[in-house]
Amino acid sequence: MSTPASIRAWEAHVTLYRSVWKSNVMGSFVQPLLYLLGMGLGVGALVDDGNQNETLLDGLTYFQFLAPALLATTAMMIASNEALWPVLGGFKWWKKFHSEAATPLTPNEIAGGVALWQITKSFIAVFGVAAVLLIFPDTRSWGVLLAIVFGTLTGAAFAAPISAWSASRETDHSFPTINRFVIVPLFLFGGAFYPISQLPDWMETVAIATPLWHGVELCRNSVYDRLELWPTVGHIAYLVAMAAVGWLLAARSFRRRLTQ
Amino acid sequence: MSVIDATPLRIVPPQIRHARRPQRMLERQWMVNRAGGWAIFVTGFFEPLFYLLSIRVGFGALVGDVDDNGTLIPYAEFVAPALMAASAMNGAVYESTMNIFFKLKYEKLYDAVLATPMTSGDVALGEILNATIRGAVYSAAFLATMGVLDMTASWWSLLMLPVAVLIAFSFSAIGMAATTFMRSWADFEYVPSVMLPLFLFSATFYPLSSYGDWAWVVQFSPLYHGVATMRGLNNGDLTWAMLAHIGVLVALAIGGLTLTARRIERLLLR
Repeated sequence: MSTPASIRAWEAHVTLYRSVWKSNVMGSFVQPLLYLLGMGLGVGALVDDGNQNETLLDGLTYFQFLAPALLATTAMMIASNEALWPVLGGFKWWKKFHSEAATPLTPNEIAGGVALWQITKSFIAVFGVAAVLLIFPDTRSWGVLLAIVFGTLTGAAFAAPISAWSASRETDHSFPTINRFVIVPLFLFGGAFYPISQLPDWMETVAIATPLWHGVELCRNSVYDRLELWPTVGHIAYLVAMAAVGWLLAARSFRRRLTQ
Repeated sequence: MSVIDATPLRIVPPQIRHARRPQRMLERQWMVNRAGGWAIFVTGFFEPLFYLLSIRVGFGALVGDVDDNGTLIPYAEFVAPALMAASAMNGAVYESTMNIFFKLKYEKLYDAVLATPMTSGDVALGEILNATIRGAVYSAAFLATMGVLDMTASWWSLLMLPVAVLIAFSFSAIGMAATTFMRSWADFEYVPSVMLPLFLFSATFYPLSSYGDWAWVVQFSPLYHGVATMRGLNNGDLTWAMLAHIGVLVALAIGGLTLTARRIERLLLR
């Protein structure tokens, strides 16, 4: 049996990455480490002085609270950026997808290659954060391995629908807006830096409806071995559904653009 | 004329001293913006709102009051001026790295500009001013948002605006100088590796005393000097040390500007 076609398309991304991987891998390890040292320990000292951990943070220290959430936020950031400029550029600037379409690859398979690559990129980033979590005794647990899977899933849930959007655009004018109005607010209000119970009630409801919160919950609960069956199933179902629907839409955008 | 020229301006290199038309670069940018791309600019106003709100509703309750040089101030008032300084830095660096690199390598804008009577000093000064103006507009929005959310503590807070503009200028100058050394987009992965430590470890989120014996290291961060000045102004707590902080930022601005002009000349005119 020959290699599935989407994997061939994925290999193209890997080949390109091999020339730039050093700076990227360094970044995905060093940045979360800095965040944890800067925010986790520094702000943590201020928060833990207030002794509100029992009431507000489920008995975790601030460091313990923040650290696993970085798996999900990092995946979101990396995956969504990978789904914006690189996808539009593949059509518009480098015509990469057009040249792939000139081979026996079908548009679905090209979209599949892109999706696989985005998942790979999320995994690399999440793996970097996980390596950082394993350094600190407070966050070292077998659950981190499970959290890697959940973090990568969070990345896929963001990458797929955003790819569908950017594959159907003619310019990148809307991209900074997506960063500003979707990614940054989720980063700040999605339950990563403080419990969403701090938010006003209506914002709490909105936060629960957003994908990042589900990813954060999954990662945090798996690191501390607090996963409960039904909420976990719900979180996973939400993220899988978003990734699946997003991928179908992305494949449709690719078909439209490559078969004119 | 030559007398004025000779002494105090010696420290400024000839490339910059002979810049005559940097405003033409601004004019060009104005025309480009007019043709589209305003959305990016306008939506930039929402960013401070999101950040300040999350500090207010989220961190505020977790942290409570912070001891800043002996006075207790609410956490939101402690962090807001620091975030304003950081936002001036981030905006300036973003504008002066990615965008400049695109103009330098792909658009070949400066090749075209230097084919006219414009000089490398015009290019350096013009582009850095452009990034600074952008930083200034965002900083004004930031300050206004702080005012609306009641995070300013005194009328001295208004002076935070010129300081933010200085921060924007210094970091644009350094950012553009660094960009002239970049070889490909992959090199930009290193930019966050420099910016993030500056952002996190410039006494931004907790007082200098939290660093204990390591406080002296923080002083090497150029952003720290911006943060210290802004925080003092916001609290109406003015000290002579602020002049030293501002001196550091001015020195960086001159250094960055000089290096940029020399590099542009070297990359494009030789």
